[in-house]
Amino acid sequence: MLRILSHPKFRLMWAGYLITILAWYACVKWLPIPAFQRLPDPLTVVVEWFNPDPDYGLSIFTEDYYLHIWYSTYRATTSFLLAVVLGVPLGILMGWRVKVNEYASALLGILRPIPPLAWVPVAILIFPGSEPAVIFVTFLVAFFATTMNTLLGVRSIDPDYFRAAECLGAKPRDILRDIIIPGALPSIFTGLQIAMGAAWFSLVAGEMIAAQYGLGFMILESYNLVQYPTIVIMMVTLGIVGYASSALIRIVGNRLMRWREQSLGLAIS
Amino acid sequence: MSDATTTSRVAPRKRRIPRIRWRGAASIASFFVLWHLAVVTGISGFAELPTPVATLRAFFAEYITDAGYWHSWLVSFKRVLYGFIIAQIFGIPLGLLFGTSRRFRDLFFPVFELLRPIPPLAWVPISILFWPTNESSIVFITFIGAFFVIVINVYDGVGSIRNEHLWLARSMGASRLSIFRRIMLPSVIPSIAVGMTLGIAITWNVVIAAEMIASDSGLGRMTWEGYVSSTPEVVLIGMISIGLAGFLSSLTVDWIERRMMPWQRNR
Amino acid sequence: MTDAAASIDPPRNSSRLGHLSVQQVDKVYDPDGAHVVALEKCSLEIPAGDFIAIVGPSGCGKSTLLNILAGFDTLTGGRVLLDGEPLATTDGSLSPGPDRVVVFQNGALFPWKTVLENVIYGPLVQGRMNQAEAVEKGMEMLAQSGGLDRIARSYPGQLSSGMQRRVEILRALVNNPRILLLDEPFRAMDTVSKTTMHQHLLDIYDQYHKTVFFITHDLDEAIFLADTVVVLTTRPGTIKLRLEVDLPRPRNRDTITSHRFLELKQQAVSAVHEEARKAFERGERELA
Repeated sequence: MLRILSHPKFRLMWAGYLITILAWYACVKWLPIPAFQRLPDPLTVVVEWFNPDPDYGLSIFTEDYYLHIWYSTYRATTSFLLAVVLGVPLGILMGWRVKVNEYASALLGILRPIPPLAWVPVAILIFPGSEPAVIFVTFLVAFFATTMNTLLGVRSIDPDYFRAAECLGAKPRDILRDIIIPGALPSIFTGLQIAMGAAWFSLVAGEMIAAQYGLGFMILESYNLVQYPTIVIMMVTLGIVGYASSALIRIVGNRLMRWREQSLGLAIS
Repeated sequence: MSDATTTSRVAPRKRRIPRIRWRGAASIASFFVLWHLAVVTGISGFAELPTPVATLRAFFAEYITDAGYWHSWLVSFKRVLYGFIIAQIFGIPLGLLFGTSRRFRDLFFPVFELLRPIPPLAWVPISILFWPTNESSIVFITFIGAFFVIVINVYDGVGSIRNEHLWLARSMGASRLSIFRRIMLPSVIPSIAVGMTLGIAITWNVVIAAEMIASDSGLGRMTWEGYVSSTPEVVLIGMISIGLAGFLSSLTVDWIERRMMPWQRNR
Repeated sequence: MTDAAASIDPPRNSSRLGHLSVQQVDKVYDPDGAHVVALEKCSLEIPAGDFIAIVGPSGCGKSTLLNILAGFDTLTGGRVLLDGEPLATTDGSLSPGPDRVVVFQNGALFPWKTVLENVIYGPLVQGRMNQAEAVEKGMEMLAQSGGLDRIARSYPGQLSSGMQRRVEILRALVNNPRILLLDEPFRAMDTVSKTTMHQHLLDIYDQYHKTVFFITHDLDEAIFLADTVVVLTTRPGTIKLRLEVDLPRPRNRDTITSHRFLELKQQAVSAVHEEARKAFERGERELA
């Protein structure tokens, strides 16, 4: 284990982190520029983050910290799952049946240019309460990404696979199960990772605009309450949670597509 | 390739134009009809919305001649433009640096990857703290949105330069600078283009949200204020305007791309 | 030709299945108004159990003909009969099926299924066998085909192209098709692998004696493998020359250098080159 850690690549990585943190510290503490001096410095942030009795009320030891994480994660997961459940089948249908594609892509075409966050006010008007509204907007972003990538995945399947299956006597439902789904799976999972990232992006904005609790909400709130180190704590937490969710999807994808790893002889990242 | 008329054929890549039009038009039309019906029948939540016709009427009656409305357009567009361009200015060189210098990449790419999952809007408070004016803090957020996408795409682009091209140049005695200018830069142009296309969509998203959260002008602000002041037509007009603006920006970026890559004209 | 001990339901009587009759087949494409006649009055009689190779310049319609036989495409005129029953229609009412399985040029083994799963796919999906029976049959065929049962659990992506082709041929054979349709299956392979595959295909032919419809642009390959070599004209495609290859079976490497082989090749080459010249002068693009 120590061997790995002292490998030149890792040494440089830690060096990079160190340089960045030192630069950050130096800018905040020593640079005579007021803009920098207003920012919280790394030391304060870390101390606060791991403080059993934090000055501003949030650290890894407080319950509220996990409450906010839970709210955001719950919203992100719900919208994401909804997007998958609706988006993947739609994408498959659009790629498989010409008629469905004609109906659907026109409608999606005019809705897609509207930045999802522009839906927030309308969503609040339509849905009873801000919680469903935020989930809806987040869902919308993830939905578009999922559908588009699934569609792409189905379209990119080599037509010979379809023909071979037909020769062998496959009926449409066999083709769906044995050709379309496995064939489109790599693209679907790429789409899911993108969708997850987009969901977090949208969620944070939604929380800042219109929610109670949650990481995005807390970031804005900390600013309003002049609790600056907490801002950075929440930002870093957000980064970690976001990264973890994408990584989870990637891992699930790799397990479902074991044949790719074996064929290419290397781990797919 | 012949179009097999078997029962379970995948949608062919080329479509004949006339057929799309009426099916697509039908689904778009039904969307508007459903909207209208939802409002008129007073389904909860929809009752306060204006019908499509009412929205259109309000737009042509009050907004199209209102200087304030077009000012919002201008303000938002400016922010998108500045943020986008600055992201290119910083992002392309950084991507190239990551792609060409192994040491630099090993040092700072992990830091970059750590910052990347943080959604752009999470930077709002820091941005407000740091930047002197409201305007600059919004442009900064916009910049963040596009920046990461561009760097990744350019970095990717450098990685996909064919080794044969580099070896050939070196064996012909080209200097490192020459290789950089004449082989690397042109080779990453497609990746820059992809980064631009993705970046512009993200940029609009970010601008709108940033305006709703932290500004007093722009299309996002206008839309939000429609909600706050209980004038739902404004909300809808705002949404549609934003969609239009985003669409126009994408068209512009597409146009720029086509000029950047004339050799791809026959796609 | 005697029946080898075929492990797939050997025919009970002496009349074998797989008699293909192509009668005055026309195929016209009309993409955006450009009336392209791919095949015109193409006629061919292929007795059951025959190995027939189709050659011709690029764009002459060889693949088009195969697509029509396979059911991937319709014809615009004429008839195709398999053992007296229609095989292709003008309206697409007949779909591809396991009585005439195709082996594709670039290989179409399902990359996400193992070798065994690929091989038994046909019988399973047609409902002819249950899982246990299919696995047993599949392993048996793999073992008989040069010990391929070793790789039964591997994925196609882990195999060499030669092995992939062998598996794909087995995947076709396990369905007991009446004809085997091969669309330039060895085109993308290097010479050494190709030679091995030729021998392998001949062994299979000797063992199962299916009607084989084999498309290629390689004249050596065609004459070495087939009983009949048919040269198609350039577009619009029709039969230019029909060569009966009377070389004795079993064939081996010596066959290629025999006097008769070179005679046949001479005839084929001049016919193909004549058509190739015409196509070249017309500057035609390949059809498929």
